[in-house]
Amino acid sequence: MDSFHKKAVPQEAINMLLNYLFPHFMHKDTGGKWLISLLIAITLLVVIFNFFIPESSALHIPTYMVTLLGKYLCLALLAIALDLVWGYCGILSLGHGAFFALGGYAMGMYLMRQIGDRGVYGNAELPDFMVFLNWHELPWYWQGFEYFSFTALMIILVPGLLAYVFGWMTFRSRVTGVYLSIMTQALTYALLLAFFRNEMGLGGNNGLTDFKDILGFSLQADSTRIVLFTLSALALISGYIASRFIVQSKLGKTVVAIRDAELRTRFIGYKVEDYKLWIFVFSAMLAGIAGALYVPQVGIINPGEFSPLNSIELAIWVAIGGRGTLFGAVIGALLVNYAKTYFTGALPEFWLFALGTLFIVSTLYLPQGIVGLFSQFKNKQQKQSAKHGALQEETT
Amino acid sequence: MSALSQVRYKVRDALRRDRTFNHTIIESDSYLQGTHSIHPNELDVSHGPVLYLEDISVSFDGFQALNNLSLYIDDGELRCIIGPNGAGKTTMMDVITGKTRPDSGQVFFGQTMDLSQMAEHDIATAGIGRKFQKPTIFPEHSVWENLELAMKTDKGVWHSLFTVLSAEQKDRIEEVIEIIGLQALYFSKADLLSHGQKQWLEIGMLLMQDPRVLLVDEPVAGMTHQEMDRTAELLTSLAGKHSVVVVEHDMDFVRSIANQVTVLHEGSVLAEGTMEEVQNNQKVIEVYLGE
Repeated sequence: MDSFHKKAVPQEAINMLLNYLFPHFMHKDTGGKWLISLLIAITLLVVIFNFFIPESSALHIPTYMVTLLGKYLCLALLAIALDLVWGYCGILSLGHGAFFALGGYAMGMYLMRQIGDRGVYGNAELPDFMVFLNWHELPWYWQGFEYFSFTALMIILVPGLLAYVFGWMTFRSRVTGVYLSIMTQALTYALLLAFFRNEMGLGGNNGLTDFKDILGFSLQADSTRIVLFTLSALALISGYIASRFIVQSKLGKTVVAIRDAELRTRFIGYKVEDYKLWIFVFSAMLAGIAGALYVPQVGIINPGEFSPLNSIELAIWVAIGGRGTLFGAVIGALLVNYAKTYFTGALPEFWLFALGTLFIVSTLYLPQGIVGLFSQFKNKQQKQSAKHGALQEETT
Repeated sequence: MSALSQVRYKVRDALRRDRTFNHTIIESDSYLQGTHSIHPNELDVSHGPVLYLEDISVSFDGFQALNNLSLYIDDGELRCIIGPNGAGKTTMMDVITGKTRPDSGQVFFGQTMDLSQMAEHDIATAGIGRKFQKPTIFPEHSVWENLELAMKTDKGVWHSLFTVLSAEQKDRIEEVIEIIGLQALYFSKADLLSHGQKQWLEIGMLLMQDPRVLLVDEPVAGMTHQEMDRTAELLTSLAGKHSVVVVEHDMDFVRSIANQVTVLHEGSVLAEGTMEEVQNNQKVIEVYLGE
């Protein structure tokens, strides 16, 4: 009994410290507290090891690695967005990549305007591809994207508006389940086809690329890359905390209630459509932010981001990490994307098979994802310690 | 946010075609003059009945589920509705709660509220609660959360995002947990409750809504005898303050709670009266009780 107490005290102290540092709605969210603490620690370490350790040292983290990590963090934020609608509200959106891509395009348009006359054709007003297409003036929807504040607004508004219109029509006509999934898939596919066309005025097939700088800072500079990485980490952390707040609120409980018993929720007096729409729009905005942070780090946005395959892969990250936990989505996104980077480098033909196997294994053996594995283990431990305690009581 | 919804409500009210101008009606002695003011969004039971169903017909693909059904439920009464399978009992509840729209006929809640024009959630907030045949609760939520979600309060999205339970609301939840006898199970997941406990929890959720009319579909299906007795006690204690409409197959149970019984058959009312009258009705014996 004594040894048990000795172990419990520091753990309690850590818990108290964490509770002091985190807002009240996260006190029961052990996974989230660990995740955020880890993210902060990793961000600090990466910044230090990239910036303050000389390149000659073995401990130096190269900048391409920092950018890669920043990319993963953006995808993790996208996974949180999907987990909100899928894990909590039961809406399996197979078109969430569309909102991500729209946010990315908004950012891409700003970065294109920043190029100015440094393009191949040296046209101060028009991006290269427009000069190439013999266009003479900037289309109306490109207006305003020279301002960062306007762009920032559009990054949130454009995906939000699309989600609002789409959600308003589908939820009002009570489309649910697999039909809704198919419609979201069609939505992103339609956008893919539209963005491929040169007439859209968004770079067609090649998309937007050759970015030079953001807010006056060169995108090639190490310091800009570090800042973008840090911003991605911050966005992920605040996205997580905001989502946790929503999920812990009565709104979050209602959304789960809708997932489990929609009719009951309706007959209790909730306007189910409003709730679905709210969470769907919020999630789309989150995805848009993730896309906007992703684009300056990878340096390109093209219609390929609208590909239905991307959205399906996103659903796989969430499924593998664990639905309906938020931090599971983050873990899934980070793990699968790391695996993807590794396999596409080491065994390029093998990657799709590996992804497929991963998905099959996780649906068959890990219905709750990787996070479910933890809680299973924890339950077992608790049972064992309960047994142990009972035995001890018997002997005394 | 409630201020905004109030404005919205006022605008909607002002734009109604059937709007009455309150300043033209003298409130205080209107009763004495026999004309009283009409508030379209308030329950008006001045004529006795709280629910009016008149000549309701519903058909699905040619099958006549309800056939000119007329039924009146008085304010505060406990009414049992019986009838063989396919008599239209559940369809009737669907019509009242807005799940199914009648092909013809009228459904009114009090004098003024036309239920056939209202959405499900509006009907629920207006004061009609419903318990389903199969217990439907929120399995992933605790008993406490189930009741919290059902509580009568502003159910708008923004309000839900920022709301925190007040002391009175907590008291109310505790009160209801005691009424349904689940004190020991405050924080256990509703999914883990026994069948009977789930039924009670659902009744508790109805109570949290504080409805004027409770529609209860087969409350004792699958219950043991003790559980049945407790349910009977619970339902009879609710009558008076609420109108309770119980649809039930179990005749012993109906006998133990009912004073007024309505027998449905092939979508319309076959007989109405006390249990004894109904039991001695020749037509009823033929179609239902004669077994």
